[in-house]
Amino acid sequence: MKVLSKIYMALVFLLLYAPILVVVIFSFNSAESLSRFEGFSLDWYGELFQDAEALTALRNSLVLATVSSILATVLGIIAAFAISRARRRWLARTMESVSDIPMMNPDIVTGVSMMLLFVGVAGILKVQPFLGVWTMIIAHTTFNLPYVILSVLPKFRQMDHSLTEAAMDLGCTPTATFFKIELPYILPGAITGLMMSFALSLDDFVISHFVSSPDFRTLPLYIYNQTVHDVKFSMYALCTLLVFVILGVLIVVNVVGSVRERRQLRKAGAKR
Amino acid sequence: MKKKQSMIRAAASSPYVVWSVLFIVAPLLFVLWFALTDGNGSFSIENIRGLSAYGRTFVMSIGFSLIATAVCFLIGYPLAYAMARTSRRIRNILTVLIMLPMWTSLLVRTYALMALLDNGGIVSNTLTRMGLLNGHLNFIGTGGAVILGMVYDFLPYMILPIYTSMTKLDIRYVEAAADLGCNGTQTLFRVVLPLTVPGIVSGLTMVFVPSISTFYISQKLGGGSFDLIGDTIERQFQNTVTYNTGAAISLVMMILILISLGVMNHFTDQKSEVIVK
Amino acid sequence: MKKAFAILLLVCLLVGMIPVFSSCVRDESERTITLYVYNWGEYISDGYEDTLDVNAEFEKYCREELGRNVKVNYSTFSSNEDMYAKVKSGAAVYDVIIPSDYIIQRMITEGMLRNLNRDNIPNLKYIRDEFKGENVYYEPQDGKIYSVPYFYGKIGIIYNTEVVSEDIETFGSWDLMWDENFKGEILQFNNSRDAFGTALYKLGYSVNDTENTAHWQEALELLKEQKKLVQGYVMDEVFYKMKSGSAAIAAYYAGDFFTMYEDNDALGFYYPEEGTNLYIDAMCIPSNALHPDIAEAYINFMCRPDIACANAAYTYYASPLDLEALEDDMEFGDAVKEYYDAMAEVHEDAIEILYGEMSAKVSAEPYKNLSPEGLIQLNDLWEELKVESSIGTEIYVICGVILVVLLALAIWYFIRKRQRAKLCKSLWQR
Repeated sequence: MKVLSKIYMALVFLLLYAPILVVVIFSFNSAESLSRFEGFSLDWYGELFQDAEALTALRNSLVLATVSSILATVLGIIAAFAISRARRRWLARTMESVSDIPMMNPDIVTGVSMMLLFVGVAGILKVQPFLGVWTMIIAHTTFNLPYVILSVLPKFRQMDHSLTEAAMDLGCTPTATFFKIELPYILPGAITGLMMSFALSLDDFVISHFVSSPDFRTLPLYIYNQTVHDVKFSMYALCTLLVFVILGVLIVVNVVGSVRERRQLRKAGAKR
Repeated sequence: MKKKQSMIRAAASSPYVVWSVLFIVAPLLFVLWFALTDGNGSFSIENIRGLSAYGRTFVMSIGFSLIATAVCFLIGYPLAYAMARTSRRIRNILTVLIMLPMWTSLLVRTYALMALLDNGGIVSNTLTRMGLLNGHLNFIGTGGAVILGMVYDFLPYMILPIYTSMTKLDIRYVEAAADLGCNGTQTLFRVVLPLTVPGIVSGLTMVFVPSISTFYISQKLGGGSFDLIGDTIERQFQNTVTYNTGAAISLVMMILILISLGVMNHFTDQKSEVIVK
Repeated sequence: MKKAFAILLLVCLLVGMIPVFSSCVRDESERTITLYVYNWGEYISDGYEDTLDVNAEFEKYCREELGRNVKVNYSTFSSNEDMYAKVKSGAAVYDVIIPSDYIIQRMITEGMLRNLNRDNIPNLKYIRDEFKGENVYYEPQDGKIYSVPYFYGKIGIIYNTEVVSEDIETFGSWDLMWDENFKGEILQFNNSRDAFGTALYKLGYSVNDTENTAHWQEALELLKEQKKLVQGYVMDEVFYKMKSGSAAIAAYYAGDFFTMYEDNDALGFYYPEEGTNLYIDAMCIPSNALHPDIAEAYINFMCRPDIACANAAYTYYASPLDLEALEDDMEFGDAVKEYYDAMAEVHEDAIEILYGEMSAKVSAEPYKNLSPEGLIQLNDLWEELKVESSIGTEIYVICGVILVVLLALAIWYFIRKRQRAKLCKSLWQR
């Protein structure tokens, strides 16, 4: 039984990883082929760092992900605060479900609806061109919002109200209470949300596909453009690098997580 | 004092309310607007009526994504079960291995899968060399390839939620079941499976929704011969200026998905969560 | 109400536009102008593998000759319809676009293009007369010009000699693309005009006569029949598919054959005997272009024989330059000879295929702009072809089984729930 389950796991992981392995291995291929390996070389990596277009796309992606994830986090914290403090239940529930829409909707519908908004508004105001950096920022911020709210809202709900009440009783203004008590408390959730929306924004293709313009092309759009024409092999080099970066981040996050978990376990043990 | 507080509260939440009205609600209203008007902006239900021409597309898309979701579940559930029964260290490694493809660009993974399975790709060449295949594999451009692409791309999204709900599952339930005389299979079906329903439901939706709306997978692996809903929508917005038709299709798809999400959520009522806790 | 809504949106959009404005301000201080060029994919010499980087060359030319700082923002499209939709919707604004003949005609009639000033494009004199002004059908016949030809060519069939033998009956004709022996090996165009073109040329009908709906219906039937045989509907993916040997038969533009041949010398090419399409891709300036002066300088630069030859040697398309006259030219003679040599190295018959007898003897009908009704008809037919699917019933059967299982599970779930509730109730009452 044990052996069987091991074989099974190995098979599934082989399915999951075969294409990624092909990309990683053949990015070191000296020939321009995805089927014959003709010797090790780093040529494609060299080419990648001379490809201004790819590097610009990478820079655009990073800028967009940074801006939109920060914006989404700020808005998300406000939203979660408002939802958790809403006096009326229906109001909270409406706000929560509205913010969930971009998460529940398929990406293509979000992208299309955003595009139609911009088309419609540009039509009313007679602006051209209407797609650009800012439409991308708006779209990315919007689809990141629910993920931030999702990670911040539980923190607000878990929070002990006596803390804020105590602060207010001791003379804090509501604003000061928010910054001194509530914000530090929800910070871990906000950081999770920030990281998640950064990653989502970096990875998004479908929504960007509908709201982007040629003067601001992100990495996924650049990759898409390559795959509908003829993929340059430097692309595979780039993807290999990205896979390793992601792997590194995941390992770090996991190690930090498990260390923290162990420490907590130990603390709990000591208390006992 | 009370009044001031509520005013502050209102002021604080206003940026979010404005944002969500402008960029979440308004876009959907625009979809509705475009779906219900013709090119000149006057009201018409022609677009919705014209959708009957796309009936087969809808059926095929739903069919493909249903099959892909079912296959993902059949592969993913046992895997999550096996993963949950390994030691903590291995479990951590496996989690990273599941998450890595999730964060790798879907475009690249799909393209690489195509290159792998294409005629003249590694699989085809190896099979030919082994004498198992005469000539071409001819797999890319078939419905099977599209379904395989969906399974491959979205499998991690099935495994992870199921796996998470399994690790949250209190091991004492399993022990109790064993003590009370359940064998392995009985424990699986009578204890583990019902208790992981929330994970299963979120896994199913996380595979079904992107599958039904994809256009890249069908373009690359289906060779453009299998027109899914996503392809149709994309074409209305990219190649031709037929926004109204595109909006109508999007609207119908959105309603379809929201209904199925609503039905799915019926299976994860609070009660089962209480039981898990 | 609508107005209030628009104002509200405007406020928000203005807030969103701040970074855009600030970038404009910065650009102005450095006096850098960005020229937006929108071209077909792989259609310019871009400095890849030691070729001339034409856009960088142009930026240099602007700095040195015109004393202006210009940055070329170059992006690509993969079909005329794609490009038209982008420009028409105003989603993005370009300074130079390079569409094909029939789209140019449509754009001129819709007032989307700017009238060009011949004086700003002196290099026009190097272009063969037959490709200029009133000699091409898509330009208005009143002396004004809206376009300057970039490349031209004909559509032909590319085949893999290892798979397709020259002795078979269908060889040399469009029939090869309908040959059942090559099921799964055929690639068809993924755009309506070219795809219907292949069928109409095969049938021997005009590709522009939308009045005759019976012809188009017949073409649709033919394409539906072909859908069972094709591996896929592709545009530029054809390069990868033909090079890697994934597919064996594809109709595509003559120039692209050489690009594929470079990587796979098992490929062959012919012009179908029934006649084919002649296309001219020409440079135009949209009427909403922001920098028409620089755009004209760009067009002029692209017509300079050494630059045009560099592009031709890169893309392998046929150049509208008057090559014969230029061969003896003092200034550019070497560039032309270099181009000839480069082409001969790529394929021994390259010049013959592009400019020679082989190309001349096949009859060719260009696409013309269709009437709005014709376009709607074509679009409907294309959608009909796209929706057509050849999937077998087994998929529906599997789906049905899944649905039945799901339904059964749901019913079972609710029955169990009710039973349990009853049980709880009875326990509670006890």
